[in-house]
Amino acid sequence: MAGVVAVAAESLAGGRARAARTVLDQVVLPGEELLLPEQEDAEGPGGTGERPLRLNAGVRARVRVVCGPGLRRCGDRLLVTKCGRLRYKEPGGSGGGGGVYWVDSQQKRYVPVKGDHVIGIVTAKSGDIFKVDVGGSEPASLSYLAFEGATKRNRPNVQVGDLIYGQFVVANKDMEPEMVCIDSCGRANGMGVIGQDGLLFKVTLGLIRKLLAPDCEILQEVGKLYPLEIVFGMNGRIWVKAKTIQQTLILANILEACEHMTADQRKQIFSRLAES
Amino acid sequence: MQRGLDSETKRQLEEEEKKIISEEHWCFIIEEQSFLLCEDLLYGRMSFRGFNPEVEKLMLQMNSKNKTEEVEGETVELDVSDEEMARRYETLVGTIGKKFAKKRDRVNYEEDENGHVKPTVKAKKMFLKPQD
Repeated sequence: MAGVVAVAAESLAGGRARAARTVLDQVVLPGEELLLPEQEDAEGPGGTGERPLRLNAGVRARVRVVCGPGLRRCGDRLLVTKCGRLRYKEPGGSGGGGGVYWVDSQQKRYVPVKGDHVIGIVTAKSGDIFKVDVGGSEPASLSYLAFEGATKRNRPNVQVGDLIYGQFVVANKDMEPEMVCIDSCGRANGMGVIGQDGLLFKVTLGLIRKLLAPDCEILQEVGKLYPLEIVFGMNGRIWVKAKTIQQTLILANILEACEHMTADQRKQIFSRLAES
Repeated sequence: MQRGLDSETKRQLEEEEKKIISEEHWCFIIEEQSFLLCEDLLYGRMSFRGFNPEVEKLMLQMNSKNKTEEVEGETVELDVSDEEMARRYETLVGTIGKKFAKKRDRVNYEEDENGHVKPTVKAKKMFLKPQD
């Protein structure tokens, strides 16, 4: 790690901006500028068939690039705002060219983002809306009509202290976040009040993303132990439930600890558990 | 007293604006704060070994929705096949037509072998010039 930091400091001291392509999967620090690979639209047949108008020799067509969390736009370069590893995802299928760049950083504090599924705790009920604590700077508001099959007469059965699994529809720095428990078609899709019992605990945001990755071994191994149910919220909250309290607690401890364990240590623990 | 900018500074400002606009036009970098675009994450609710059957059904549904992004129109199961529909419509024209035809024209509607009513086209009677 010290060697990586030294390299980064060197390039910063030099004052040059590095090309994003060369820094993939390496540690980047806030304040660095990254150059995008400038591509010339050289393809003729097929493709989109659009040839950009060449106004002058200096202007080249650029492909649309999305900068994700941890990056900002700075002229036509990317400015890093969080420290972490730079990641890149190729554009898939019919999508527009360019791909997505983002910084894989670690933090515990959640900032509401539109479209994220989160677990919230109902803290207050005032008139037509519920105030839900999602771990952000202010409580989100949830209307009682935003549940599946809810009407003015048929109100949902939500009490103060209940756990809610929902998604944000409004989440920016200027307005109070709003969440709902239905999707755009009006169906619940698993959102709504989370059932009785179980245990809610908090982990870092990076761990949630690691556990929700498509090829996560931890979840596959955990699923083989005993029957259980888990709900992951992107705000760092996990709710688990198993048949007995002891099993629930074991599960919670595993999930909290697996962030700092290597794969071997994890396998040891799982094999010990499987025996007992 | 001079109000406003003189023509030269105005021209310079306009040029700078145009430059900015033309640069913006070519430079497509979009900022997104959501991780959903970046990584394919699984659905957040999970159940293992049959603890919650509804959630297990949801898991299959949502995760397969993510993988297969091709939206194909579902083939609606037909109660009546297309061929039969075409046949019915063919004879329907006959039966309804017969209802609205005058008494003279009803002669034109014949019954087919299967009992389907179809209008037969007969040659229209033309005036025959008398031969001397």
